[in-house]
Amino acid sequence: MRASLLPPAAGVGFKPRHFEHILSGPQPLGFIEVHAENYMGQGGPPHAQLARLRQDYALSLHGVGLSIGGAQPLDAAHLRRLRALCDRYAPASFSEHLAWSSHGPAFLNDLLPLPYTEATLARVVAHVAEVQDCLGRQMLLENPATYLGFAESRIPETEFLAEVARRTGCGLLLDVNNVVVAAANQGFAPRAYLAAFPLAMVGEIHLAGHAAVPAGAATLLIDAHGTPVDDQVWALYAEVLARTGPVATLIEWDNDVPAWPVLRREAARAGALLRQAAQGVAA
Amino acid sequence: MNAAAFQAGFARALLDPEAAPPTGLRAAPGADLARRFAVYRNNVAHGLIAALALRHPAVQRLVGKDFFAGMARAFVQHHPPRSPVLLEYGDGFPEFVAGFPPAAGLPYLADVARLEAARVGAYHAADVPPLRLEAVADAAQDAPLRLALHPAARLLRSPHPVVTLWAMNAGEMPLGPVASWEGEEALVTRPDLQVLVHRLPPGGAGFAMALGTGAGLADAAAHCPPGFSQMGTLAILLRTGALVEGGAA
Amino acid sequence: MDRRTLALALAGSVTAAMAFATPAGAQEPTREKCYGVALAGQNDCAAGPGTTCAGTSKVDYQGNSWKLVPAGTCTTISTPQGHGSLMPLRRPD
Repeated sequence: MRASLLPPAAGVGFKPRHFEHILSGPQPLGFIEVHAENYMGQGGPPHAQLARLRQDYALSLHGVGLSIGGAQPLDAAHLRRLRALCDRYAPASFSEHLAWSSHGPAFLNDLLPLPYTEATLARVVAHVAEVQDCLGRQMLLENPATYLGFAESRIPETEFLAEVARRTGCGLLLDVNNVVVAAANQGFAPRAYLAAFPLAMVGEIHLAGHAAVPAGAATLLIDAHGTPVDDQVWALYAEVLARTGPVATLIEWDNDVPAWPVLRREAARAGALLRQAAQGVAA
Repeated sequence: MNAAAFQAGFARALLDPEAAPPTGLRAAPGADLARRFAVYRNNVAHGLIAALALRHPAVQRLVGKDFFAGMARAFVQHHPPRSPVLLEYGDGFPEFVAGFPPAAGLPYLADVARLEAARVGAYHAADVPPLRLEAVADAAQDAPLRLALHPAARLLRSPHPVVTLWAMNAGEMPLGPVASWEGEEALVTRPDLQVLVHRLPPGGAGFAMALGTGAGLADAAAHCPPGFSQMGTLAILLRTGALVEGGAA
Repeated sequence: MDRRTLALALAGSVTAAMAFATPAGAQEPTREKCYGVALAGQNDCAAGPGTTCAGTSKVDYQGNSWKLVPAGTCTTISTPQGHGSLMPLRRPD
């Protein structure tokens, strides 16, 4: 099962400064991705640019504000805004995170972790189902980059995600960099995590760079999206592709955004691995 | 502890740098839990401070980066976003700046912040073709002309030279002494997709606001200073894309 | 005043009016009007905050002591009260 209609090609997170470059000629891109919340103004350049890009590229709409892992009900007004965006731009995919970001009236502007228990599973399942009902489409749920865990967690993250997908029919977004970041920070093996990941549900893959900062005796990895994709992430990505075949793959670069040729090169590298995977050649 | 109470505690500790991390967290063996929690806390603060800095480059230039970060941090802590639509975040920041004691020596700072907030509002406003000066005569000649403000138009009256101060700190004018320290009235428009900032003649902002709420030309100019040119100001408003033809009578 | 009269009056006022209304750096947009790509990035600023799904490794200074803050350009701006100044900023506890 593939839970998105994205082409099995490389894409990039769109940044306005790259607009003219992307349109200046053919690019090694099958799609572009944007954060839904950045297109929730009424008009102006964001919508003009997105409408123009949409003429040439499939679109992945990636939400960062639904707070699907939140203890409180989903924000109905926000769901309506998402539906309006989906109606307007007919994205090939809508995705969100296994995380929470709102509490009470406050939006905390980060993807915050949740314990994995039967209770949180039931709530995430209900929220994903509500999103899919409201949007009238399947969504993808992304594995988070985490810095800590919870004493009360009882369910491994891979099992939690698989169960959400099984109960709701949603697909999954596998962020390979998030796996590497969380594995380093929480002390598990990324290959074991990927071996347990329900790859058949994956409709999109994310790749990004992370930062390594010393933290006492340990090294803390931060999901900073401000550098090229790390070699370890490329290697794990190639292993995943060997199991899945080609899957739509996004390069995320959100901080210290580079000149277009740098980002283009990263996308082309993913594209080359995707072509190898299509030929059944493991990289 | 139930999930809502746990998330409430987590959220409180995120916004308060002095608070201890919530209980119930688990870090990898050998890892410092407080250091791990600090990543989330820093993400929240840094992200929102950076958001305000992006919205207010001129204010940041006026006060310097460190001062701005301190001021923004205080705002973020007490006024976190109320919506995941971050492009709207910071509407309360100019008022906060106005009442921020360490900035009391710069009484113009809040108005520069208001002008920058107006630019962001204009940037994201609905797309509507403005009424063109040339089109004023197009409709039936005896039809009354009803005017309304364009959705992107923003007006600001300041006792300080707010347009000049903004322009000097937005890279639009060389930085230098302000030749004459007089109040200025600002008009922000976005006739197509580019945000523009204009200075209006004294009385122009009030005149435009009155026109925008349906007042006739004479009524709109009633409180304008002596020598105020209705025609000249109306021409400016039309030329800058500040007006649309009003809706139903 | 009918519309034709108004239009004529306006046309006569344009030159004088535009001479007064000095747009602050608001030269007529020359390029990429259709998508809002600005020449000098001013419009990037006007976009205001955007979201991110990333964390950051940049740590904001977070003190709680008194700190004399070097001012920005405010010190070069002459106001009727002299040069503006900022008070020591006490970081919130």
